Amino acid sequence: MSLDRRQFLVDGTMFILLTGAATRAWPFIEQGRPQDAPGYDTASHWWAMFIDVEKCIGCGRCVDACKVENDVPPEPYYFRTWVERYTIPPVDPEDATAHQLPIVDSPNGGRDGFPAEPPIEGAKSFFVPKMCNHCADSPCTQVCPVGATFQGPDGVVLVDKTYCVGCRYCVQACPYGCRFLDPRTNTADKCTLCYHRITKGLTTACCEVCPTQARVLGNLRNPDDPIHQLLREHKVHVLKPDLATGAKLYYNGLDGAVR
Amino acid sequence: MAQVLRDAEHLVRLALLFLAGGLFFLGIRAFLVPAGFGEFGHFRTGALQDIRDRPLHFAGRDSCGEADCHEDVAAELANDSHARVGCESCHGALAAHAADPEIAEAAAVDELDLCSRCHASNPARPASFTQQVEIEPHREESPCSECHPAHEPSS
Amino acid sequence: MHTVPGVEGFMYPNEMELQWSIMIVLYPYLTGLVAGAFILASLERVFNVAAVKPTYRLALLTALAFMLIAPLPLQLHLGHPERSFEMFLTPHRTSAMAMFGFVYLWYLLAVLVIEIWLEFRPHIVAQAQTASGLLRPLYRVLTLGSYNVSPRALEIDDRVGRFVTVIGIPSAFLLHGYVGFIFGSVKANPWWSTPLMPVVFLFSAIVSGIAAVLLIYLVYCKLAKIPIDMPCVDSMAKYLYYAFLVDFSLEMLDLIHRIYVADESFRSLDFMVNTKLYGSQVVGQIGLGTLLPIALLALTQLVSLSIRARKRLYVAAGILTLVGIFLMRWNVVIGGQLFSKSFLGYTSYKMGFATREGLLPALIVMVLPLLVLWVLVRLFPPMEEQRPAPH
Repeated sequence: MSLDRRQFLVDGTMFILLTGAATRAWPFIEQGRPQDAPGYDTASHWWAMFIDVEKCIGCGRCVDACKVENDVPPEPYYFRTWVERYTIPPVDPEDATAHQLPIVDSPNGGRDGFPAEPPIEGAKSFFVPKMCNHCADSPCTQVCPVGATFQGPDGVVLVDKTYCVGCRYCVQACPYGCRFLDPRTNTADKCTLCYHRITKGLTTACCEVCPTQARVLGNLRNPDDPIHQLLREHKVHVLKPDLATGAKLYYNGLDGAVR
Repeated sequence: MAQVLRDAEHLVRLALLFLAGGLFFLGIRAFLVPAGFGEFGHFRTGALQDIRDRPLHFAGRDSCGEADCHEDVAAELANDSHARVGCESCHGALAAHAADPEIAEAAAVDELDLCSRCHASNPARPASFTQQVEIEPHREESPCSECHPAHEPSS
Repeated sequence: MHTVPGVEGFMYPNEMELQWSIMIVLYPYLTGLVAGAFILASLERVFNVAAVKPTYRLALLTALAFMLIAPLPLQLHLGHPERSFEMFLTPHRTSAMAMFGFVYLWYLLAVLVIEIWLEFRPHIVAQAQTASGLLRPLYRVLTLGSYNVSPRALEIDDRVGRFVTVIGIPSAFLLHGYVGFIFGSVKANPWWSTPLMPVVFLFSAIVSGIAAVLLIYLVYCKLAKIPIDMPCVDSMAKYLYYAFLVDFSLEMLDLIHRIYVADESFRSLDFMVNTKLYGSQVVGQIGLGTLLPIALLALTQLVSLSIRARKRLYVAAGILTLVGIFLMRWNVVIGGQLFSKSFLGYTSYKMGFATREGLLPALIVMVLPLLVLWVLVRLFPPMEEQRPAPH
């Protein structure tokens, strides 16, 4: 019998005999990893994150924790997450028509905190943590030519490092600048939402160390998850909504000047 | 008919060559496409497990106060203003230590740098975060923990 | 405020290093030459522009030479070139880059190789019987075992060849339009994201292809000591002029639209064009690379000049055109990465010299197609025999 036909019969039989959940576990059992199937069910998770700009104090622990947890290259141009400081110059009544641009800085991604000296005095300023938005209509997975980057069934956008060819089309397609090419593996890299942690009941490294709970991991498929209340009670924004990426990084308190 | 075929014979051979090439490609494709590709989407299913298998460096705050380890510290923290600051936020990644307390000692903490990171006065911090101060005139040469024990800073 | 040298203002930290290098500039440049050369060849075959007939075979061989080398800059760019075959194994249907792999393969095999093979079959068959040394087995393989070059067989070849050219024209449009779409469909990048991009790429490809064949024809005739067919050259220059007018109009349309609409990205892009890209875009691409060759060509079209004067103007215009279209690719690819997607900063492109994506391999990649062409014209002489009439 040909391989395909045999496989079909096996699959068909399994589908009839086992429950839906067990059928979902079958691929793992087949690949010799039955211990990974129970305990975490992708179907009951749709991951998102809530970031409260009004709570972020710019300490940068999140940036540091991410680099440690995920073995991110230490140079200041490879970040899976980073914090930006926005300084919005006030409108000068004597020169009200002048077009003022915000001043933004992110020294070493905010990993070592921010200097107390503001870029200009007396301006509105705040911190904005940035990371992969794990978009539901992700433009980066749309352009990957080989299927190395993808959105998993539980909403996390991931990269298969054994399959990525390193073309960097995904890096170009991401509107948020959250991707980079890992120089050690020559493959695309980005925030994985600490997939290796959240599938074991832990939270992400950045949420773990945030002292003010400015970052909160959420599971939209869980009706009891606190994220539902957060989304209900705050004026929520996503970055670059005009690009309709389906971003699942929800911000509270995001100033209109933030890009 | 035979004459036409004789005159177009080279085209038939060309077509057969292309067909052979196509079949060869489809044939080796079956061997080269990785196992489990396309099951849950246009990707290799095994990638999900590969990523899940990445090592942990942070243990998570829940594992610090459990089972005769640091329950006393956890109790101190719980009643004070650092209650929701994770242990590893100050002490660094300690999954190795949580797995084997003998091997990895908790990292020593440089007080001044660490405390300043959150509590040094910075205009960009939200106004609701009132626990900010100009560190230098405030501390008068003393270490921070002299007046503000790290696990019970308000006492 | 910036810790990385070469960055002004604010860039997202991951944006500071450019991802697509000169290799990604070269790739559309070379494939553009392919599409342009083929479209010139098809002018004679399908549209019966008899004047350009002498360049028919040379244009086809030029297209093939560039097409064989064009994947090389891509391979030099990829982080894992050994995995590049994955694009054919598991192509992601939503990815323009993946689909382009098949368009490229289709065009190379089903159009270009077949058309050249049919065109040169009499020569191949003859050489398979008379050539010496290693060349003889090569030609014998190329005959595919058939030595039939009777008039009836050649007539069939001609019909099929014409058919291949007819489907080749939309294939050539698809070939380079697709490259434009690879850039034009990236909504994250306002410098690239425009529906005009495939059309602009296509017409600049036609312009560069005609210019390349024109120059190659002049050089080839000189080296092979064949008299130059001046009406042919005049005709090519005329088509170059028309194509240039369309190309320039399209690029101006894009520019005027941007200036008029002045959306959020405009301020940042405008600043970039006036500072970082001033030399390569305003002076190079628009000035020396478009307006000047158009003016020179217009001169030859409107004023009666001697053969010598025309030849010199054509050579000057041709060289300026090739430089200008290269700069156009440069300004699109590199320019699109010099500004931050926050619209608040700029970075710089640091090109290495002897690195994998550096200047040295880039220069080699630019020269290689000419070497390949040199080999091809020795194997398949483009001017030796006239094609049997009628068509």
